[in-house]
Amino acid sequence: MATLREFREETQAWLADNCPDSMRGSGTDAEAVAGGTSQTYENPGAKVWLDRMAEKGWTAPMWPSEYGGGGLSRDQFLILQDEMIRINARSPIGGMGFSMIGPTLLDYGTEEQKQRHLPKIVNGEIRWCQGYSEPGAGSDLASLATKAEDMGDHFLVNGQKIWTSGAQNADWIFTLVRTEPQAPKHEGISFVLIDMDQPGVKVNPIKLISGSSPFNETFFDDAIAKKEDLVGQLNRGWTVAKRLLQHERSSISGMSSGGRRGRYDNLRSLSQIARDYIGMDDGKLADLVLRDQIIGNTMTSKAFSLTQRRAAAENASGGTPTFATSMFKYYGSELGKDRLELQLKAMGTQSFGWEGDMFTSEERTLTRTWLRSKGSSIAGGTSEIQLNIIAKRVLGLPD
Amino acid sequence: MPLVLNEEQNMLKDAAKDFCGKSTPITELRKLRDDKDETGFSRDIWQQMVELGWAGITIPEDFGGLGFGYLGMGVVMEECGRTLTASPLMSTAVLGSSAILSGASDEQKAELLPALAGGELLTALALEETPHHSPYNISTTAEKSGDGYKLNGSKKFVLDGHVADQLVVVARSSGTAGDRDGLSLFLVAADSDGISTTRTIMADSRNAANIELSNVQAPATALLGAEGKGADVLDKVLDVGRIVLSAEMLGGLQEAFERTLEYLKVREQFGVPIGSFQALKHRAAEMFCEIELSKSVVLEALSALDEDSDEVPKLASLAKARLTDTYNLVSSEAIQMHGGIGMTDEHEIGFFMKRARVCEHSFGNAAYHRNRYGELEGY
Repeated sequence: MATLREFREETQAWLADNCPDSMRGSGTDAEAVAGGTSQTYENPGAKVWLDRMAEKGWTAPMWPSEYGGGGLSRDQFLILQDEMIRINARSPIGGMGFSMIGPTLLDYGTEEQKQRHLPKIVNGEIRWCQGYSEPGAGSDLASLATKAEDMGDHFLVNGQKIWTSGAQNADWIFTLVRTEPQAPKHEGISFVLIDMDQPGVKVNPIKLISGSSPFNETFFDDAIAKKEDLVGQLNRGWTVAKRLLQHERSSISGMSSGGRRGRYDNLRSLSQIARDYIGMDDGKLADLVLRDQIIGNTMTSKAFSLTQRRAAAENASGGTPTFATSMFKYYGSELGKDRLELQLKAMGTQSFGWEGDMFTSEERTLTRTWLRSKGSSIAGGTSEIQLNIIAKRVLGLPD
Repeated sequence: MPLVLNEEQNMLKDAAKDFCGKSTPITELRKLRDDKDETGFSRDIWQQMVELGWAGITIPEDFGGLGFGYLGMGVVMEECGRTLTASPLMSTAVLGSSAILSGASDEQKAELLPALAGGELLTALALEETPHHSPYNISTTAEKSGDGYKLNGSKKFVLDGHVADQLVVVARSSGTAGDRDGLSLFLVAADSDGISTTRTIMADSRNAANIELSNVQAPATALLGAEGKGADVLDKVLDVGRIVLSAEMLGGLQEAFERTLEYLKVREQFGVPIGSFQALKHRAAEMFCEIELSKSVVLEALSALDEDSDEVPKLASLAKARLTDTYNLVSSEAIQMHGGIGMTDEHEIGFFMKRARVCEHSFGNAAYHRNRYGELEGY
């Protein structure tokens, strides 16, 4: 234990010296760094912070150091997080390289693939996106039709992906493709990595109900995927795909941070907002019905975060997320949606401001956060799919 | 806080599971009910629990207890909850012990704690006066009388009140009903002059009584804590009760859920197991999630008691509110998913719903605890 104490002291000192002041305190979503060739740094501190953290491997603290990661144990990782939270340090970088493809390559990639791809994620050089859903393959993902033909030294890819978050700014895309059209649907799928900087890949933004365009359609028209970028075995990509989904769900639910950081931590608490917009009466929020609902949501959030911490404690090895990730994904996204609905109720007519100075920036942000939150129980497997998985894999209920 | 059990606690849990499975299955509760047993639990079983050390789990070793703390008591109560075990553990080893530990003088402790740990003494907390939990809404009076006090009033829903040797009576020595100040706690012998006890027969087949206090004389040495400051002790005792009862509820709801899940796998309709229907699958999966959250809050609250943390009041309300809602949900769904057979007295699943509702109203329902949580958070 003495070594953990030393680690905490060293970490504290290093963070104090190296985290720029401009990277302390909560930033907006727009300021979040995801790396890659499209990343710009309006705040020079963001780049300094990223480079310093990447040099220590602390952008991916638990990845092995031979691939540029921090090589930290689970306990050390939790200490690093605690200490970052203590000084309000922002995360230096995030994105699907860290939350999805990186951990999946660690599980299923060849040594050569890990060497080639992981260090560029750690230092922010390459940004990744996900090519999973198709117009005809949503919840029934395995019915996907994007085709990859074996051309000897490469695959020729043709088809369309949809809901590809961040594709407009990504450098590479990890993609599910059909390599054996005659096989049963789960057995003809392969998992390939595709460089997006080629004429055969085109990206078209989709505008969402929140007004922003984080999602895209991505078209493959004779795009090339190199043989060396096939992850796992040919036609056995569904296994890799499912593991990646677990990492994705773990990330969406906040589980990967052991419950220390929630999706909406940058928003003010429900009770603070309700105080401002509803007012107090005799020491209580003036609307007693809404008060009961707000307290209920706050208590459930507390119980949820305790459960994330309990799962992290039980999973002491800090290894692969289990099927419990479906529970966290389902419950966390539903809880978050409930919270935002309550925030709307608390703010009344100030809650649906779209633009202009008649609404504060917090109010306008909230409107869009509320709308965007509806996607959390759809992306990464809908709530209904998560319940199916729990019923089958955890409870053992029959098909 | 660790949020996982250590090896000792796991061993205690296994021992409790083994004991309850063999000695107090639900058939025992049914027998007590059908025999109209006057005690409402088996003295023989209680003696065996005492020999296992359960009566003194939370009592320090210096006073003859096990000193195993509330996590220890929690795992035992969870297993008792699974088999709906009737015993004086809650009234005596939880409420009585904590009232004496937090309110009694050194002399009182030296005299009473070894007797509690040795199972020689049963206690009951005489608190409620209305159909709703309202701990400061006390009209029972404690008037100065000679060197002591004279107690007058009526108490309801006194857990194990008809078998207790000693009663912890919550009375008002000053102020008016609703005031936190002015409450005083008295430890009085249940056979004192002026006490009349009537057992209440309830749906869950467990024990409670209504108690009338008419000019009951209590000496000054009967005070637990300072006169007028009884709420300081009472709040603590109630939080202990809420948290440990939540542990019992956690056991009951898990058992009801597991039995229901098994039924979904074996009961066939339309030629297939009913558990293959998505309408039931999704409800089962939702219950699974609520149960996982329930486990976490109970563990955290029990740990907080052992660490004497400032978070105890909030965690007690968090646990009691959540476990109330979850036990109600699971026990009602258990009956619905069992269909007609779940409505029969012969089947055991209905026992869980009856117990769930009595637990709901013990030490505050979910709405009570949401309100309290909000107050503790300052809104």
